[in-house]
Amino acid sequence: MNNRVVITGLGVVAPNGTNVPDFLEAIQNGVSGIKQFPEYEELKFNCQVGGVPDFEWDLLRNYITETSLYGLKSKGIAYGIKAALDAWTDAGNEIVGEQPLWDSGCVFGSSVADTDVIKNAITRVDAHESKKLGSRVVEQIMNSGVTAYISGRLGLANKIINNSAACATGTQSIFMGYEYIKYGMAKRMLVGSCEFVDKYVFGGFDSMRVLSRKYNDEPERASRPMSASAGGFVPGSGAGALVLEDMEYALARGAKIYGEVLGGSTNSGGQRNGGSMTAPSSKGVVRCIQDAMADAGITPDAIDLVCGHLTATIADKMEIQNWVTALGRTGDDFPVVNSLKSMVGHSLSAAGSIETVAAVLQLKYNFAHPNLNLEDPMPEILDAIGENNLPTTKLDRQINTVAKANFGFGDVNACLILSKFN
Amino acid sequence: MDRKEILNELKKVLVPYTEDKAMLDGITEQTDLIKDLKINSANLVDIIIDAESQYNIEIDFDAAEKMYNVGNCIDVIAEKINKTV
Repeated sequence: MNNRVVITGLGVVAPNGTNVPDFLEAIQNGVSGIKQFPEYEELKFNCQVGGVPDFEWDLLRNYITETSLYGLKSKGIAYGIKAALDAWTDAGNEIVGEQPLWDSGCVFGSSVADTDVIKNAITRVDAHESKKLGSRVVEQIMNSGVTAYISGRLGLANKIINNSAACATGTQSIFMGYEYIKYGMAKRMLVGSCEFVDKYVFGGFDSMRVLSRKYNDEPERASRPMSASAGGFVPGSGAGALVLEDMEYALARGAKIYGEVLGGSTNSGGQRNGGSMTAPSSKGVVRCIQDAMADAGITPDAIDLVCGHLTATIADKMEIQNWVTALGRTGDDFPVVNSLKSMVGHSLSAAGSIETVAAVLQLKYNFAHPNLNLEDPMPEILDAIGENNLPTTKLDRQINTVAKANFGFGDVNACLILSKFN
Repeated sequence: MDRKEILNELKKVLVPYTEDKAMLDGITEQTDLIKDLKINSANLVDIIIDAESQYNIEIDFDAAEKMYNVGNCIDVIAEKINKTV
């Protein structure tokens, strides 16, 4: 079986827009969602900026029942619920039906369960007050909390899977959903990922010295993918979601179609050949991108836009080199490249899904969003692909095919090939 | 505190746990928490925790098991309040 898989719904909660229309406007205009956090200075973090969605908690009343909302504390789950349900309704579906939807499933990713919820549990237990924890703690500290909330609200009854692959999580979730539909195991998959980077997770990365620290007073300049003056990434939070659907199923119900998932791949470099816990092996990355193109049945020349992982560390130049090797294209012949992280930071597990939502919007509306703060591209990147493919303002151009990839700790890779629907 | 006063206080405790606010307004001692108010059974522990803090009492396992309708809840709460007095 080889079903075609189309994208029929989008939802997003990002630092520069908490719904699709606002997010679209923000990425077209290069609006940064990075802000300074005085608390981080007090905590003696090297990096004192971050990307946090301007999230209205009260809006959740329109998404889940009042009893479910009462006691919900996890921000990651909250972002996930909103993005997922927005995608579901954007695809023209209703929120509540009486019957389980046996043909519709969910793959939603996350990396760390909400540590504020965990902290509350730790504090209570250590104070010998475990009996006061109540019934709502476990569902919010279990990693599958977000999928449990989403699938329960919508009655999704096919595969319900919470996946985790560090910064490759979101892209991998989408790929998994695509495969289930492609091979006939489901008709519809609600896919995506969420992340809330609180101070405890933030501190871990800060201590690794991989975060931006030179632009604490100029937060909007702090996330600088591919820039020679980049000194690390800016942590971000949010969620992204897509409804993937069997093409025949979508056409039969007259659904609006944003585009098609032509193919993809997820693999690992095996933490060999230069790959490690924290660094991707180039061999693995190149293979992942090439496998994705093979799965999509396209040649490298078809790709118009590369939406990279590109976090704003020294690994960016290696990533560009890997794309060059995988596509066999260089200089002006290379596709346009951008990194959404220049506007929203790096939202870890959520990065892949938020960035894929951005990729689908660029595909649908024919533009490449700007790379913010790319005044000084790394010389190695200029040598490899020149500067014409690195837009710093919105580039209006026919975009037919996009390659989207993310790479995560553990040397895990995921790549998607998205195209216009024909 | 008489049974009516306890019932009125108990209503406030139950508010966050039921979607059916109209049913809650009209509760009697016979109202069943799960069947009538459609309260998720897992939330009964939350109601017990809230009631403990509301009335400054402790509700042990044996007492908690009896709290399935409004009348039983009032029985347990009234007994515990009288003990503390």
